[in-house]
This record gives sequence, structure tokens and C-alpha cells, in this order.
Amino acid sequence: MSDAPLIHLHDAQVTRDDGRVVLDGVDLAVHAGERVGLVGPNGIGKTTLLHVLVGLLPVTAGGLTAFGQPCRTERDFADLRRRVGLLFQDSDDQLFCPTVGEDIAFGPLNLGASRDDAAAVTGRTLARVGLAGFEQRITYRLSGGEKRLVALATVLAMQPDVLLLDEPTTGLDEDAEERMILLLQSLDQAMVLVSHDRRVIDRLATRVVRLGQNGLQADT
Amino acid sequence: MAHHESLLHREFAPPSRLTASVGLFSDRDPRVRLAVALAACVAAVALQSLTALLVALVLAIAALVAARPDWRTVGRRLLALEGFMAMIIVMLPFTVPPAGDVILFRLGPLTASEEGLHQAVTILLKTNIVVLLLTAMIGGLEATAFGRALATLGLPGRMVTLLLLTVRYLDVLQRDYAQLRRAMRVRGFRARVDRHSLRSIGYLVGMLLVRSFDRSERILNAMRCRGFDGTFRHDALTPPDRGDAMLGALTGLAIGACVWVELAVA
Repeated sequence: MSDAPLIHLHDAQVTRDDGRVVLDGVDLAVHAGERVGLVGPNGIGKTTLLHVLVGLLPVTAGGLTAFGQPCRTERDFADLRRRVGLLFQDSDDQLFCPTVGEDIAFGPLNLGASRDDAAAVTGRTLARVGLAGFEQRITYRLSGGEKRLVALATVLAMQPDVLLLDEPTTGLDEDAEERMILLLQSLDQAMVLVSHDRRVIDRLATRVVRLGQNGLQADT
Repeated sequence: MAHHESLLHREFAPPSRLTASVGLFSDRDPRVRLAVALAACVAAVALQSLTALLVALVLAIAALVAARPDWRTVGRRLLALEGFMAMIIVMLPFTVPPAGDVILFRLGPLTASEEGLHQAVTILLKTNIVVLLLTAMIGGLEATAFGRALATLGLPGRMVTLLLLTVRYLDVLQRDYAQLRRAMRVRGFRARVDRHSLRSIGYLVGMLLVRSFDRSERILNAMRCRGFDGTFRHDALTPPDRGDAMLGALTGLAIGACVWVELAVA
């Protein structure tokens, strides 16, 4: 195993349209096999940081290196997004197709998979998250817990190397939360995990970093 | 641990079937269904004689029976339509001026014309035929299949995307609206005709628009994260088979029969 990080954000600064600096001097390196817990108060920019890591928001200073390549242009980030999957806070933002099967197949189809391959990946991924046979289900009729698992399945179907999880258990009941945690524990992808729930962080993260006014610091 | 395993692999409720796939149209190619529905509706609207329209109505009912729909849903839809049609039936005879001096009957100062009644019956028949045909032929079509069929029949991709996303997000919008309305109600809001009510409803609509716009940005971001580059990838549809050809021929025959009756009556 090499020591080079999969993703390395260095000295990043993000400025909003209104001129407010959201992130400043943020350094984050994610290595293979790591599950990084990201904590910090509301509105400090945790979600912003995740969005920067997949290039949805540009940095105004600093830069991002992913899989040994510097990422600057939209094309770089389009390649990056094939290998780094982001789970959104609100699953309704992520699931936009009428049926579950189509939603999961959307990513693989965009990557150039044939319809048959995409269907196979969809079936496998649904089984992986414990929702085998859900292909024909109507997305908006799913329960909150099912939606979150399907959203995760849409990300996993891209077969990413890194997962960015924005509050994956927030709003789930105990059973659904337990399922999600067990599922995440069983995955071998590197992860960055945002959560306000200390128990979730304790059970999943291999190390914890805290985002504050002075950038990222190791949390003990 | 055993408990954990079972929790992880436990199935949620078994998947439910949307529609029973037993009817005449359910296994047919969506493009063919759309095309024959369109042809049949255009033909029905073009008919003039009452006899031909009655024949068409019988054929439309036959098509609906063959489609084996959920009768309760059909009934509810038809009821909504007939309620609206009842108004037209009542209004038209009195509003269409009679040709010549022939007056059907008088109701106080109002005079009913035979032309008006004729028009009302024609409209009633045509709307019902069209609704029955559409329910039978494309009523059970899934949104995606419908969208793809429209795309292959030449509807611009953007409109298809709009249609599919609308289907998906109507419910989310509805929930946003209900949530805001509840938030207003728990603080004692009741819609009245005054400035306060109008302004509050204005805020509600404005907030819905802002929220929807924000959501659309987030959805686009989520789509970009999964490699979306502006175009949906549909697999090529299989060419129509013999069953589809049969359906086309059958529809052609039915249209031909109606047109023949129309010409024979004239």
C-alpha cells in the first residue's frame, strides 16, 4: 500500500458570491482504507467542503489533487466524479427518476455501460444494500430509510473509490440508522463522513477532524 | 451479530406491481400504442354524423374492456369529465342560435335550438370517445415509457426531460406546499379576502419558487456527480413485433369502419 493519499485538498479557500469566505486554509488528505469523520458546528462549511472535493464548488485559492492528478478544469472533475461518490443530505435531491431501477442505472449509463450491464449492476447494487427486487418501485413512495439506501445505491453503482457522505443517518429511525451503519462498515471504500451524531462517528470513523474558524484540526 | 446480519439483509415490504400486465395493450410497444391512440383520436374528432360517432363510442368501449383497466379509477375520471360536460349540455342549446325559425322549446325568455343540442351531443360523444381511447391505449403506460415513446416519435428531448422530472417532483412540491401551509396554519392563518391573506399567500408562492429553484440546483449537482452531461441515455427500443402490427391493423380497421359509416350516412 502506497502512502500517497487518494484525495488531497491543500490550503483551500472558498469564497461565496457575496464575498464571504466560507473555508480558508483547509488541508485534508484521504488515504485508502480510511474513514474520516468530519465534525463541526452548523454552517461552518462541512457540506461546502464535500462539494469542493467533487468540484461542484470552485476553490478561490489552493488546490485539489486526486489519484495523483491535479484537478483544475471541469473535465478533470468530471473524471474525478467517476471515482468519488457523494451522498447528498436530502435523498429527494439525489433520486430524480420515477423508478428506483432507472435511478440506479443512470450513473452506469452515463459512464457508457450498455442497458444490460447497467441492469446487472443495478440488481447487484440493490442486493448489496439489502433492497433486492426494488427496481420497479416508485421512488417517491419509498420510506425515508429506503430512500437513503437507494441514494447510496445510486452512488455505489458508479463503483467509486471514495465515498463522501453528508449526514448519512440524519432523519432515519433507529432500525434504518442501524442498517445504514452496518452497511457502511461493510464497505471497503475510503470515506469522508459528516455527522452531528457522535455515536455514528465513533462507530464508523477511523479518525476524526473538526472544522472550525481556523480550518481543519485533528479531533481527539 | 446474528441479529445484525438479519437486520442488514432483511427485505423491506415486497415490491408491488404497478398495473396488472394482462390487457390487450400492456405488452405492446409504447410507440405503437401512442401512435394508434393518436390516429384513433384524430379520426374520432373528425367524424361528423351521430351514427358514426355512436359506432366509434362502441369501439372505444370495446377497446377499454380489452385493456382491462382498474374500473374504479376509470369511473372516477369519467365522473369528473361528465360533471364538466353536463354544463356544456345545459348551456349549448340556449347559446347557439337556431338556423331558420325552428325552435326546439322555450324556457321562459330562453329559446333552445336544435343546432345547439346537436352540437352538445356531438361534443359529449367526441370527448368521451377520446378519453376512453386514451385511457385504454396509453392509460397504463409508465411515465418513463411514455417519455421515451414521445422522444422517439419526435418530441424534443428537453420537453421529455421536463415531463419526466415533473412526474418525479410533483409530489415533492406538493409536500413542500403542505409543509408551508401547515406552518402557517399552526400560527393561526386562515385564508380570507384581505391584504394580509393575499400577502401571506404571495410569500407562500414565492417561497415555493425559491425552494424549487434551490432544489433544482441541488438535483443538477447530484446528476453531475453521476456523470450527467446534458443528455439522457436511452437504449434503442426493439422494433415493433407482430403483435404491434396486429394492433396497428386492428386500429386501422376500426377507423375504416367509422369512416365508412360516416360516408354511408352522408
